[in-house]
Amino acid sequence: MPFGLLKYGLKKDYPENYHFTPASTELKKHYDVVIIGAGGHGTAIAYYLSKYHGINNIAVLDKGYLGGGNTARNTAVIRSNYLTEEGVNFYNESVKLYQNLSNEFNYNVMMENRGQLTLAHSDATIRSFRWRAEVNQHMGVRSELVDRQTIRELVPNLNMSEDCRFPIMAGLWHADGATARHDAVAWGYAKGACERGVELHQLTEVQDIEISNGKVTAVKTNRGRIECGCVVQAVAGASSVVAKKAGIALPIHSYPLQAMVTQPYKPLLTPHVSSPQVHVYIHQTSRGEFVIGGGSDPYPLYNTRATLDQKESLAAATLELFPFLSQAKMMRQWAGVTDMTPDYSPIMGLSPVDNYYLDAGWGTWGFKATPICGKTMAELVATQRVPDLIKPFELERFYRFEQVNEAGATAASH
Amino acid sequence: MKIMTCPLNGPRNVSEFTYGGEFHHMPDPVHADSRQWAEYVFFHDNHAGNVTEWWCHTATSYWFLAERNTITDDIIRTFPSSEIFQERIDFNASTALNSEGK
Repeated sequence: MPFGLLKYGLKKDYPENYHFTPASTELKKHYDVVIIGAGGHGTAIAYYLSKYHGINNIAVLDKGYLGGGNTARNTAVIRSNYLTEEGVNFYNESVKLYQNLSNEFNYNVMMENRGQLTLAHSDATIRSFRWRAEVNQHMGVRSELVDRQTIRELVPNLNMSEDCRFPIMAGLWHADGATARHDAVAWGYAKGACERGVELHQLTEVQDIEISNGKVTAVKTNRGRIECGCVVQAVAGASSVVAKKAGIALPIHSYPLQAMVTQPYKPLLTPHVSSPQVHVYIHQTSRGEFVIGGGSDPYPLYNTRATLDQKESLAAATLELFPFLSQAKMMRQWAGVTDMTPDYSPIMGLSPVDNYYLDAGWGTWGFKATPICGKTMAELVATQRVPDLIKPFELERFYRFEQVNEAGATAASH
Repeated sequence: MKIMTCPLNGPRNVSEFTYGGEFHHMPDPVHADSRQWAEYVFFHDNHAGNVTEWWCHTATSYWFLAERNTITDDIIRTFPSSEIFQERIDFNASTALNSEGK
């Protein structure tokens, strides 16, 4: 059997299709649209542009490789139980698109509707959960306040003791919560886009952006200069660095976020469980590993190093909720650089430069928004009109002091 | 354990400190418009490289400045804010702001 598998893998006419069609070796002189960043967001914008708007003279450029940034580093949580009307509406559309994504691609993104449980350890948190549940239900999102008995039934192995530092008092149950294979989302979008003529260029770093008369005319890369009709940046942690090349300042600080996984166990935990109080969120993957993530690091950094402080607090919080993991071995740890905004909402849409579009400020909430962000940003690029769904998230909101406050529904509770 | 040197308390564990944001000069309180305030409050250089920042030693509430590299995570230098601020800032201008209704 192992030999058969090896032979299959090494076959010249390997029967599986590639994840995407590698672009021809040379960059063209001109593209209608240049997308910087080949993660989930960048490839999704290319996909919707080519499939629904008939624009396919597109180059997706990435300094690294397809889906190698935060697309590969997030903890793959899909949910829409936010606090503001704007936020809930936006993320709810994304959850709906996710439900049909495998069919859309004809490629399995391993979508699993697990549900998500956020825990309250204080009266103040319960009040905020009531508020969120009301807003969510009003917008048609399945979200409800649940008591300790229901929590016991949803997650039988959760530590429900009242004799601990932060006893669990109630929960916010979000039946629409889900997960999907994050790599597959980027691969599916890239595959679909490349089949429609989009060129994906890996190891192609944008070094400078040429602007004349308030319009982008070309981008300079390490592989040559490309003229372009417009540019979209979708580069997560590097948002400020890339925007600066176009002369744009952003209200963003880049913080690392550290996560880790345990050795695999039998299926024990169905929903995502998160606790804003002890700063941790946990779910068990279909491979059996427990994925553990928490809050961002305490200060900004463009580095994915590990710190003992952060690992220690993640482990302590995990044991507070699931004491049976005390013997678990950590298999891997990693970090991603998150582009945090002051109001914990993204920055999407127009920028001070005419034909330069922003898809930034995705902090720790970017994966769940991939489909709807790709769809609406593509509509913006194709029609030059800002779709209603993303209007509240424009950069200009900070000058009008009209932030979309999702701090309570986002921080450390994905 | 990462060590940061507090100008007041000497070398301490970095977990004793709180990050306080990038160092920028405040806009002129009399003449700044709301756009300039928005930029001062919300927008950041978020520079990848050497930066100057506010830090606070939490235990003693002592605020100071630090030069740090945001790629390597090296703390280059810490120094008291008196190196930059030699005179007391005059905040009388706040009355002028109120009269403009901003």
